[in-house]
Amino acid sequence: MKPQKNPQHITSKNVPDDWFTWRGKNTVEQELVARPSLSYWQDAWRRLRKNILAMSGLVFLILLILFAVFAPVFSPYEVDTGVLSEQYQPPSAEHWFGTDGLGRDVFTRTWYGARISLFVGFMAALIDVTIGIIWGGISGYKGGRTDNFMMRIIEILYGLPYLLVVILLLVVFKPSLFTIIVALTVTGWVGMARIVRGQVMQIKNYEFVLASKSFGTKTPRIIRKNLLPNSMGPIIVQMTLTVPSAIFAEAFLSFIGLGISSPNASWGVMANDSLGAILSGNWWTLFFPAFFISFTMFAFNVLGDGLQDALDPKLRK
Amino acid sequence: MLKYILKKLLIMAITLWIIITLTFVLMVSVPGSPFNSEGNSNEIVQANLEKHYNLDKPIPVQYLLYLKSIVTLEFGPSISQPNQTVNDMIGRGFPISAELGIVTVIVALISGVTLGVLAALRHNGVIDYLSMGIAVLGISVPNFILATLLIQQLAVNLEWFPVATWKSPMHMVLPVLALATGPMAIIARLTRSTMLEVLTQDYIKMARAKGLSPWKIIVKHALRNALMPVITVMGTLLAGIMTGSFVIEQIFAIPGMGKYFVESINHRDYPVIMGTTVFYSAFLIIMLFLVDIAYGLLDPRIKVMKKEGE
Repeated sequence: MKPQKNPQHITSKNVPDDWFTWRGKNTVEQELVARPSLSYWQDAWRRLRKNILAMSGLVFLILLILFAVFAPVFSPYEVDTGVLSEQYQPPSAEHWFGTDGLGRDVFTRTWYGARISLFVGFMAALIDVTIGIIWGGISGYKGGRTDNFMMRIIEILYGLPYLLVVILLLVVFKPSLFTIIVALTVTGWVGMARIVRGQVMQIKNYEFVLASKSFGTKTPRIIRKNLLPNSMGPIIVQMTLTVPSAIFAEAFLSFIGLGISSPNASWGVMANDSLGAILSGNWWTLFFPAFFISFTMFAFNVLGDGLQDALDPKLRK
Repeated sequence: MLKYILKKLLIMAITLWIIITLTFVLMVSVPGSPFNSEGNSNEIVQANLEKHYNLDKPIPVQYLLYLKSIVTLEFGPSISQPNQTVNDMIGRGFPISAELGIVTVIVALISGVTLGVLAALRHNGVIDYLSMGIAVLGISVPNFILATLLIQQLAVNLEWFPVATWKSPMHMVLPVLALATGPMAIIARLTRSTMLEVLTQDYIKMARAKGLSPWKIIVKHALRNALMPVITVMGTLLAGIMTGSFVIEQIFAIPGMGKYFVESINHRDYPVIMGTTVFYSAFLIIMLFLVDIAYGLLDPRIKVMKKEGE
């Protein structure tokens, strides 16, 4: 390669062909491949599959989603109307999970509750991720004073007691699915933004980003193509932890009377409704919503733990 | 260090001001007067009531009066129970809630650290799996579910413990158990993972080579360093215990602040909601601040100046 007299601006598109030449296969190094070459995601999946606990969590969640979507459709009972003469029926062939104090079918209500819990959980996680990626991405990438300023805001928001703010918002705005999700995400995105920022700050100093920059790649493209895909691991792990905490928050709010209200079903509402009933021995009204809240949170937690191990390339064996 | 404390102090003040102003803005934006639903059809009565609670003044004046009431710690009378002030409620409820909270924190810390250390020492053994199983369950089962299950099994079916109120140590067992399980689980997992890391480090090997007893190595050398992350999550754990106490106090009919708070929410008793929210937030924000300072003081590896955001 000779130095050119008038070096034109070189970008990734017009690199002269003669800069690079095909030198044939390196048969020596080719023999040295120690393990199958896998992409990041293939490798993560391979390792996740071996984690029995995380996989059973995943299977449970998939089944839960399928039931939440289809079970109410096929159920012969309505979610909000019951037959009073059939109150507190123990589980039987007609009512698989029994009936509650108003003669409503607990099986049907459980799956309606699952819909609400899962919807709230996934929406909250999705909104958190969106805001968190934008905020954390800009803050981490720009650095300097912008970062300082944006982090101060996060630090202040982080100090606000999460559930108290949510309670305040729901006292004022009429509780509905929409307001609950908004209230949960008003300060909920902060954790995600911190994680994204940390990742971006670390990755932006790597050589491949420098290479990209030296070819004149525009900032948005660097963020989209270089920074985000490489910080996906921690983001996904954080998401699997956001979903159960949102599900817990919804159940908690419904339980203290600030969430979805009866006659609509959510797991928190059902648990609250059954508080009096368990004292008289009608255990099934509490057992089923309690079981599904706990197992859903359990499944998300073990899946999150598994993903954390699987998505961390340092732990690759 | 002083600069760090001052900076944290400033952020704490801003956070406090935001929560104070947020409560005010939200309460002012509530549609209608808080007296409409009480059945006071008489307009004169209503006007007098509004005057009594300063609701007839322009909003900036109300805001200033509100700030003044907070600075002087006079939160004013309750609306649903006019013969009581918010201060009375806090004064009566806070000692009970504090008692519940302190016992919970102690129980969670001791049991959590013990479980975590045992799990780390018997890594991949039966005890490890057992205690981590307990920990994951503790994180997964919401405290209000655990509370109702405990009442049903241990209080109603077996009659081992009394169901409600707050009189003797026996009354404390179930609420503390319900409230402490979640934080215990988090502490146990954290202690385990940091213990595992610490135990592989050279200075532990060194201590072993010196011939120190295993007990001394664990308690004096390993645990001391392994507990640092536990201190960092104490703030969040305290917040969790506090919000948890709202439901636990309601379920067990404990006359603490949390019970008043949930009742005030159900009655839409705005002065009580505002007062207790500000009180709770201030308490928590100050706790977070203390945790931050403690962390800066305790860990010699961390130069507090470097703690920029992360």
